[in-house]
This record gives sequence, structure tokens and C-alpha cells, in this order.
Amino acid sequence: MTRTSHLKMTSADYEPATLPDLLPLYYRRLFPFSQYYRWLNYGGVQKNYFQHREFSFTLKDDIYVRYQSFNTQNELEKEMQKMNPYKIDIGAVYSHRPNQHNTVKSGTFQALEKELVFDIDMTDYDDVRSCCSAADICPKCWTLMTIAIRILDRALREDFGFRHLLWVYSGRRGVHCWVCDEAARKLSVAARSAVAEYLSLVKGGDETVRKVVLSDPIHPSIRDALKVVEHYFPQYALQDQAVLGLKESVDKVLALVPEDVKKDLHTYFESEKNPEKRWGRLRAYAKTKQATVKKGQHFEKEIMLQYCYPRLDVNVSKGVNHLLKSPFSVHPKTGRISVPIDLKQLDKFDPFDVPTISLICAELDRPRVGEEEEQVDSKEKDSDIDAAERRRIRDYKRTSLAKYVKILDQFLDGVAQSNKGELLKKSDLQKDF
Amino acid sequence: MQFTGRKRRLIGNPKTELYGHCLQFYGQPPLENISLTEFETFAVDRLKLLKTVENLGVSQVKGSELYKNKLDKEFSNLHFPYKAEVKEEDKVGPNEYEKRRKDHISHFILRLAYCQTEDLRRWFIQQEVDLFRYRFNYLTQAQKSSFLQHNNLHYETVGLEEKMALSDKLISSSYAVSGCKVENQDYYKVPFQDALDLVRNRKVYLKAGYVYIPHQDIVITVLNDFRTQLSKALALTARSLPTVLSDERLQPLLSHLSHAYVGQDYSIQKNMGKISLEQIDPLSGKSFPLCMRGLHQALRENHHLRHGGRMQYGLFLKGIGLTLEQALQFWRSEFTKSKVDTDKFDKQYAYSIRHNYGKEGKRTDYTPYSCMKVILSNAPSQGDHHGCPFRHSDAELLKQKLQSYKVSPSGIAQILDLVKGMHYQLACQKYFELTHNIEDSGFSLNHPNQYFLESQRVLGGGGKEAKAEPPQRAPDVAAKPPLDPPALAEMTEDLDAYFQDG
Repeated sequence: MTRTSHLKMTSADYEPATLPDLLPLYYRRLFPFSQYYRWLNYGGVQKNYFQHREFSFTLKDDIYVRYQSFNTQNELEKEMQKMNPYKIDIGAVYSHRPNQHNTVKSGTFQALEKELVFDIDMTDYDDVRSCCSAADICPKCWTLMTIAIRILDRALREDFGFRHLLWVYSGRRGVHCWVCDEAARKLSVAARSAVAEYLSLVKGGDETVRKVVLSDPIHPSIRDALKVVEHYFPQYALQDQAVLGLKESVDKVLALVPEDVKKDLHTYFESEKNPEKRWGRLRAYAKTKQATVKKGQHFEKEIMLQYCYPRLDVNVSKGVNHLLKSPFSVHPKTGRISVPIDLKQLDKFDPFDVPTISLICAELDRPRVGEEEEQVDSKEKDSDIDAAERRRIRDYKRTSLAKYVKILDQFLDGVAQSNKGELLKKSDLQKDF
Repeated sequence: MQFTGRKRRLIGNPKTELYGHCLQFYGQPPLENISLTEFETFAVDRLKLLKTVENLGVSQVKGSELYKNKLDKEFSNLHFPYKAEVKEEDKVGPNEYEKRRKDHISHFILRLAYCQTEDLRRWFIQQEVDLFRYRFNYLTQAQKSSFLQHNNLHYETVGLEEKMALSDKLISSSYAVSGCKVENQDYYKVPFQDALDLVRNRKVYLKAGYVYIPHQDIVITVLNDFRTQLSKALALTARSLPTVLSDERLQPLLSHLSHAYVGQDYSIQKNMGKISLEQIDPLSGKSFPLCMRGLHQALRENHHLRHGGRMQYGLFLKGIGLTLEQALQFWRSEFTKSKVDTDKFDKQYAYSIRHNYGKEGKRTDYTPYSCMKVILSNAPSQGDHHGCPFRHSDAELLKQKLQSYKVSPSGIAQILDLVKGMHYQLACQKYFELTHNIEDSGFSLNHPNQYFLESQRVLGGGGKEAKAEPPQRAPDVAAKPPLDPPALAEMTEDLDAYFQDG
């Protein structure tokens, strides 16, 4: 057995029952507290930003506690090491310390700011994926997440001008996006809902057959999304999902096509079995229709979008006080760590390769491979880190978690750069009379 | 000169600075002292203006030539500012500054009168928004930009180069924008947070957090801003209202202003006793609206009307001036032609007629039904003749009826079109115009008795004073308490004279 497959076997050996034993180890030696604090403190630009942040913990036996808040990174650490939460959620930054919310005059305790977040869940695509359903995922349907990330990332950056996006694997069947720009954190409920609506194209539940309706003119952002979908469609839909293969799947596609075209396609499909050729014919019909009919008929685009366009839950994005699973939280059912995703390597991301808590704890016990030089990163000032922290830094670096913490580091560097720019601008203005 | 971050006109006449634009958002309340007379005059004038805005909004297409002409005239007559450039030579009467000051002050006075209930607020906001839109569209491109700047609205115009570079994106994001339009019209760059409706519906091009709004759509954004601001302001005003109302000089005027909105209910019968029973038949053909004409005809034919019809027609007759004695005579003479004998009539029907005149029971002097009430409540069923024929008759029957009344085929077609669009009152107005042979009725129909009065006026039947003020789309006006106590009379005599028929 090779080393990698051995390791894969180890991670596949995650048992939820072992969680109570692994969590203390995780929080004591692996959880990247200093990066975590660095993130949520946002450079200390706004007073009490970290102190007024709500955290919620799910403890053993499903005990759920809200309105946790902490004054310092140390306090956060101590508490997490004491409670060993199964799940951690991050909430909003409030007007007062959340853990004192009961002492505040009723009505004055309010959620003020929070990152703009998106939650893409694979179960929302159950009607268009044939390989899995419910909580299951596989490499064949994971492409949907890749497509979703590409489309949303472009739109959030290019259309809305956001720059600091942290994409995170949820640990089981989806991805989250944390938009951390200052402007994003300050958005109102109405604004968040408008952004989410702008990004939504697939509408309707079980009763709706045709979930995407395009009308002329086709908005530039939809055109951009189509470019992404078209890139992945042949492999993902025609091959992996075989949407034009089995009769059942074919019927579902044809339900989205105008009556007259449907008849012709049925006939054509009787003799032609190749999915690419079938799709080619469908597209040809669409092109003809568009040329002849006054009102554009975009059924081939609608089909592609219905099968591939990101499906997000508007309610998650709307609320300023909505609690969302924290990055580096553990997923109790799968054991996987909620890790950041490197968009530069997006096509290579494999959710089954994401380390589990059992894997990284096992890696801690590995004998060291050679003497590791203690590299002091430029970000870490020796005087500010105590011995325990230093040890922890060395610890996670020895595990598969390392590369994911690095992604977070790079993300935070970007945020810091922006902050610096802002502070400079502010001080420049102040010098003016 | 000082360098400040704010965009203000520096070193000028403080007067011009305060009212630098003919249009404003009414962000700041006026701070000066004014006389009670001015207070009252300003308020009444603005109310007249807003009512004109409302009437025209209902009867004309907003922005059409006719609409503009009428509204412009009203602006001039009432001395309100609407045109940005003012020729100094045109100064007859108050100058531009005084007009703008009046505009400013009158708006805030009316806020006090119209903040109290949801209905009043909704009405006020609607008219003010329409007014704002009208005046905003009068500004030139440059003036619009200047106005927006002046009010700290970050609507940056997009430079030509950028526009052309983004040309196809701009075309494909807004409906009905073609290539040449992109070149020729202005585009504004607005932070997306200030244009959420456009973002939400993906109706506009979005880049780097800015929405690119074509000029034709910028009004929507500005109006939304205005509407939201005004709505909030009214809510705040309502809270401080008790303090204002404690000033005895203001309280009567303010409550009369908002009462006047609810409009004339025709319970004051200045024509009481001026109609004779013999006149009813000819009048029904000449001056009755279609509903009442139909009811009268049904009564004559069947010598009977059911309850709904008796109420609707009976109160109408009261409104045109029939006294109680006349009414009793009228109904008795008809009903006894059928199976009802006089005793039965006196027992069963006379009571309710007297009731309508406030002589029985709780002695409420019932008011005749407005169009709204007739259209919306108590739909007729089999055997009924009440209701609004434009609303309740089916198209074929309506057509036949109009034909029998000798309305021209083209006229009938126009009426049926309006009915299809659910504009029942406009259809009746059209019927008025066709049967009186006039182009433009000159009023906005809201009440059957109004129809009668207007008809009489056109036919030369009376009314020497200023035109009858149409009541507004008021909610159910039945059972209204009689008007204000004598204490009001002095101060509000002018208002009364304006709002009621002579």
C-alpha cells in the first residue's frame, strides 16, 4: 500500500463516536486560533469588533448555546478548549457584547454588521442530478459546486466590486462564501436580499417544471454565467450525468423544450443515441427558433442553466444576524474540517481529499520526518507568541491542515493590504485643512 | 474662499442659497416666522395644486401635452415654481424666490395636516411624488445633474468613452435601449446600495459595485428616494403632531384641511326644494348618470325597486334636492301602481325613506353613495337594478342600453374600451361627454350627484361660483357627521366657498 492510500484509509475510518476524544486534541493543538482572531478582528480598525461578535456552539448531546462572545483571543481559546464544541457557528457583530445581551435594555441590543454570506447546498440540486441524492456527493456531481463557485465569484467581484471572498468547503455537501469587504459587512437586510436575488436564476419548487425563464435582452451577468456553464456542460451533463442518456433523464430535458421541437427531437432520438449529437440537434433547433420567432426563445440556455446554475438559499444571505458554520469547524457526521478552498486550484479541489479530524490527529502522532527548521513567518512576532502557541503552529504545520491554513493566511494578507490602504487614505485626508 | 468638503454655493445671497433650485427634497423644515394668513393661504393653495395633480393624474395620461398645459396653468395661477429658468421680465406678481419659499413652507404645513392616518399619508405621498416627477422632468440634463449634486445624491454621469466601451453591455441590460440611445442619452453611475430595486430585478448593468442607470430610469431611483424620505418624515411628524395641535390657532385649520380631502359628501343640499317631481323624468334623461337613469327607468317600468336600488336612488334624489315630503310622494305614487297599497307603503317603505332623511332611528342624515361605494360594495344580483352599469352589466347589455340612449357607435366603442380596462368612472365620464356633446368634461367623476351638478352646470342650470370641487377618492362616506361647529366658520369660510358648489 502506498502512503497516500494508507492515509486515505485512515480518514475513511473516521467514527463519529471518537469525536469526544479527538476534539480536545484538535482545539489544543491544531485549531488555527491566531489566524482566526486575525480574521475576525479585522485589523482592530473598529473598536470592539471582535468583542461584540456572536459565536454559537453545539455541544455534546446536541446542546446548543448562543450569544457566546469573547474579549480576547486567549479567552476564545480557553473557552473552546473547555467546551470542546462539536460545531461552531459565527454570527453578527452586535451593538453590545452578546454574552451580556440580557443586561441590555430591550430593543437596544441589535445586530449591526456581518459578512455577506452564501450557502450552496447540493441537496438543492436533487432534481437535476442522477448520481446521488440528499446528503451524498460524488466526483460526478461535485462539478456543480465548481460551477457555482466560478459563477458567483466572478459576479461578486466584477459586478459588485467585492474583493475579499473566502470560499469554504462545508464539510459534507456544499460550499459557503464569506464576503468580508467592509462594504459587504455593512450591508442592510434589503441590500443583502437584493444581491441574493440578482444572483438567483433558478426559481420554483417541485411543482415547477421550467425553473429558468430567460427574456430578451439577456443580461450581461447571465451571459457570463452561460460561458462558465458551457465550458463544463459537455463533460458534466452529457457525460457524467448522462442527461440525454436514459429515457427518464431525456424526458426531463424534453419537458423543458417547446412542443413542436419536442416532437422532432423524439423522432431524432429514436435513431441517434450519441448524447453529444443529441445535444447538438437540440441546440440547432434553438438557433433556428431564435432566428425566426420574434420573441427570443432561449430554451437551450434555460436547460443548461436549470441543470447547472448556482442555487443559493436567499434566506441565509438575507439576515444580518444569521449564524453560519465557522471555517475550521468540524463536521460531526463526516469528520471533515471546513477548510478554505484555493480558487487558483479550483478544478483540482476534491472534497474527498479534505482532511478529517481523525486524520490530522493521527498525523500529529507521526514521527517527525527529519529535523524541521523553525521557520518564523514574517507575520509572527516572537515576542507576541507564547510557547504553547509556537508549539501549536509547529503542530498544524505537520499535518494536512497546513495548506488550508495557508490559504486563510493569504486571504488575510489581502484584507490587511486593503486596510492599510484605507488607513493611509484616512490619514491623508486628516492632514488636509 | 474656503475649501470645505461640502458642495455648497459659497458667498452668495443667503436667499439664493436657501432656494437655489426651483425643486427640492424638502429635507429641512422652514425656520422663519409667518403670519396666520400666509399659513392658511399657502396651505390652501398647495392643496388646490395637489388636487389638480390628482385629478389630472386620473383623467389624463401623465406627461401628455394636455396634462402639462393644465398643470402648468395651475402652477402659474397659484404661484408655485416649476420652471427652472425665470425670465426677470416675467415678474408679475411674486418673484421666483417667493414662489420657492411658498413651495417650501406649504409642503411642510400640509405634512402636518396629512400625517395623521394611513389613508391621508398615502394620498399625500402619491400627489407629492407625482408633483416631484413632473417638476423633475422639466429640468434640463445639466440642471438635473446639478440638482442631484446639490442634494448629495451620488449620481455621477458616465463619460462618453466609458459609455461607448460598455455599449453592448448597456444595451443588453436595459429593456428598450438601443445603440444610438446609449450614445445620446446620459447614463448615471450609482452605488448599487442606492438602487436596490434595479439590482434585485437585474434590470440594469452592474460593474464594480456601481449600477449604470440610463437617464430614463434615473427618475425612478430619485422618486423612490423621495418617496422613502417623505414616508419616514410623515411618520416622525405624526409623533410631534399633538404638540402642534395644542396651538388653538392651528388646530382648526389643520383638521379642516385634511377633512377637505375626504371631500364633498353632498349632504348639504343647497338645492333643497329646487326640484319638482315633474322635472325628474326629463332630468333623468339629461342629467342623471347612467346608473340613476337605469334605476329611474326600472322604477317607472316595474313600479318597484328592491332595497339596494331604493337606497342608491333614494339617496341620490335627496342629494339633488328632493325634500322628504317630495320623496314620500314620489315613491308612494310609483309603488302604489303595483301591488302595494298606500297602507302597506306607509308601513313598510315610508319608514325607511324617513330613515334616509335622518328622521328615524339614530337620526343619521345618510349621504348619497359615491361612485366608489356603488362600484365596490353590494353587487347587484338577479332582479336588482342598482350598482354601476359600467361595472356590473355585461358588455353586451351595456352596449344595448347605450344604443337605446342614442350614443354613437364610436362613443360606445370608447366606453367599452374603458370598461375593459376597468376604468368605470372614466367610462361614465365619457358617457357624460357624449351625451352633453362636449370634448372634455372638465372634472374628475367620483360621485353620481357630482355628475348631476356638472350636468346642470353645462346645461346652464345654475352654479354661479367657481367650478364644483370634485371629492376625492374617499372611502365610504355614508353616515358622515355634519360639518364643523360655527367656531370654524369665520376662519374657514374661504375654504368652504372653494370646496362647495354655489
